[in-house]
Amino acid sequence: MGLFDRFRKGLEKSRAAMADRLLSVFRGRKLDDSVFDEMEETLILSDVGVDTAAELVEAIRREARKRRIERAEDLPDVMVDVMADFLGSQSEMAENPDGPTVVLVVGVNGAGKTTTIGKLAHAYKSQGKRVILAAADTFRAAAIEQLMVWGERVGVDVVRHAQGSDPAAVVYDAIQAAKARRCDLVICDTAGRLQNKAHLMNELAKIRKVAERELPGAPHEVLLVIDGTTGQNGLVQARVFKEVVQVTGIVVTKLDGTAKGGIVFPIVREEGIPVKWIGLGEGMDDLQPFDPRMFAEAICRPETRV
Amino acid sequence: MFESLSNNLQAVFQRLRGRGRLTEADVDEAMREIRRALLAADVNVKVVREFVDRVRARAVGQDVLKSLTPGQQVVKIVYEELTELMGGSQARIRMAPKPPTVVMLVGLQGAGKTTTAAKLALAFRQQNHRPLLVAADVYRPAAVDQLKVLGGQIDVPVFSLDGASAVEIAEAGLRDAERRGADLVIVDTAGRLHIDEALMAELESMKKVVEPQEILLVVDAMTGQDAVHVAETFHQRLEVTGVILTKLDGDARGGAALTVRAATGCPIKFVGMGEKIEPLEPFHPERMASRILGMGDVLSLIERA
Ligand SMILES: Nc1nc2c(ncn2[C@@H]2O[C@H](COP(=O)(O)OP(=O)(O)OP(=O)(O)O)[C@@H](O)[C@H]2O)c(=O)[nH]1
Ligand SMILES: Nc1nc2c(ncn2[C@@H]2O[C@H](COP(=O)(O)OP(=O)(O)OP(=O)(O)O)[C@@H](O)[C@H]2O)c(=O)[nH]1
Ligand SMILES: [Mg+2]
Ligand SMILES: [Mg+2]
Repeated sequence: MGLFDRFRKGLEKSRAAMADRLLSVFRGRKLDDSVFDEMEETLILSDVGVDTAAELVEAIRREARKRRIERAEDLPDVMVDVMADFLGSQSEMAENPDGPTVVLVVGVNGAGKTTTIGKLAHAYKSQGKRVILAAADTFRAAAIEQLMVWGERVGVDVVRHAQGSDPAAVVYDAIQAAKARRCDLVICDTAGRLQNKAHLMNELAKIRKVAERELPGAPHEVLLVIDGTTGQNGLVQARVFKEVVQVTGIVVTKLDGTAKGGIVFPIVREEGIPVKWIGLGEGMDDLQPFDPRMFAEAICRPETRV
Repeated sequence: MFESLSNNLQAVFQRLRGRGRLTEADVDEAMREIRRALLAADVNVKVVREFVDRVRARAVGQDVLKSLTPGQQVVKIVYEELTELMGGSQARIRMAPKPPTVVMLVGLQGAGKTTTAAKLALAFRQQNHRPLLVAADVYRPAAVDQLKVLGGQIDVPVFSLDGASAVEIAEAGLRDAERRGADLVIVDTAGRLHIDEALMAELESMKKVVEPQEILLVVDAMTGQDAVHVAETFHQRLEVTGVILTKLDGDARGGAALTVRAATGCPIKFVGMGEKIEPLEPFHPERMASRILGMGDVLSLIERA
């Protein structure tokens, strides 16, 4: 299955629901205020948030006027263009040309960090890269074992210490090991933490600092994993994690359900962090590079043709 | 980050007052502020609509329009309605007339089921019950290890069975409880999407086999608009008996509480307030109402109304 097919298949269900709604909303109607009101509600239902939904609808309305759209059926095309534009262009992962690339993965509890790391390791390994994982969640029960299962599954080594030990030390060791073994990529798992817990956020800043000290330029990527079912708190997560560890990209997980992940719109708007990956399941192949156009299309196109 | 709902309402009414008498139509503007506040807290759009209609009816019927502090009056009504909607029966587990009592924990991936299972077990152990944890998640990597570690921390036995299906494990766990004389069986199940037909069917079979007194839906307090689909579907298929709201130690406003309550009609029995295994805490509808409104001081505000 090609990349886009997989993406589409994963988002099919949520799209079906959204498409039904949009079609029934738009079919055979004139472009009046009520059409735009319903469009706004549809966006709010995708967790876009009240303010961003209003802003998007305004932009869509302007664009529709500019294109002299008269029938509501023609609106989805405009929506896709405006929304994709809003999300910016596709964003690549950073790479360190002179040694291992260090990726730090952070986020609130249960968002999908460890699973995403398993998937990422698999994706890079399939490209022939040498990957090493750092089990720096030393807090949660069996978090190390969970990452080790993933390591075995994808066939990559996992650097680990005992449960309860210093997570920064694990990251340090992993970077050392990566340098010694000439690995291309070190992906560091961290314990889930809620952004309002100052001491846990400080711990994360410290982990980052250790990576910086060990390898100039590291961490090259700091990925914030956000559960796709998250509502408006996702924006607070992005703001605080960005402040503490300088997040460079977002991963939105669990988009194989019926949630739409619309929270990425305010995140992109207010924090300017690009979305890099989306998670579409629990298997190692269920990770896709984020494509703004596809994402927008999956949210608003009434028909499944592309 | 959120402007205070009450300030906004006050502003609305003050502006209107300048034009003379308040009318019903003026109340609509206040309702728009309430709608905004609830949506910012992630209450589902449809639930918000019904709620706002209810509040409007009460606001218009009462003397809000003539009141000197219409803003506070409206907040008071909103707060009372929220509290009432989220209230209901007590934070108790329905015990079987003949032990063991069986409790199944279900929900989406990562919601907090396994952690909550241990917290529930601890609460019961502290009340001199003899709980048994059953590890019926056969999918997530190291799920059984996780429950075993937690069981070890709180000194509660954990039943697991390699190579068996989730339904078989639950059934065998129940027999194991009878053998040990455990009076409460807490079954930890794998996280699953409500639209995953095979896995939802698995829960239905498990329910048939273990005949639980309680099926508790575990919901992450950060959940957005989709909470309504999740709650509705789990409830339709399993007849959920209660809800547990987790991660309330965060700063999410937690509008999902209202959504899930509205979608299932089930009481929110407990809340999770941390990663550490401490006994679950009871749910307080009034606190939740203030939290959803983004106001710590609703009560003092209302007293002035
Ligand atoms: N359906 C679905 N489930 C996912 C996805 N990503 C992760 N999960 C599941 O979500 C649950 C939590 O995932 P983890 O990877 O353990 O999350 P985490 O952020 O590492 O959690 P903590 O370390 O406890 O904070 C697991 O059951 C995963 O299988 C996804 O894209 N889709
Ligand atoms: N801060 C906080 N974290 C919690 C709470 N409840 C659970 N967690 C954390 O949330 C993450 C997921 O919890 P689990 O108990 O593994 O969730 P689960 O529903 O069993 O996950 P799956 O089995 O993968 O579906 C872990 O990091 C827990 O420590 C809570 O009330 N507060
Ligand atoms: Mg993890
Ligand atoms: Mg679990």
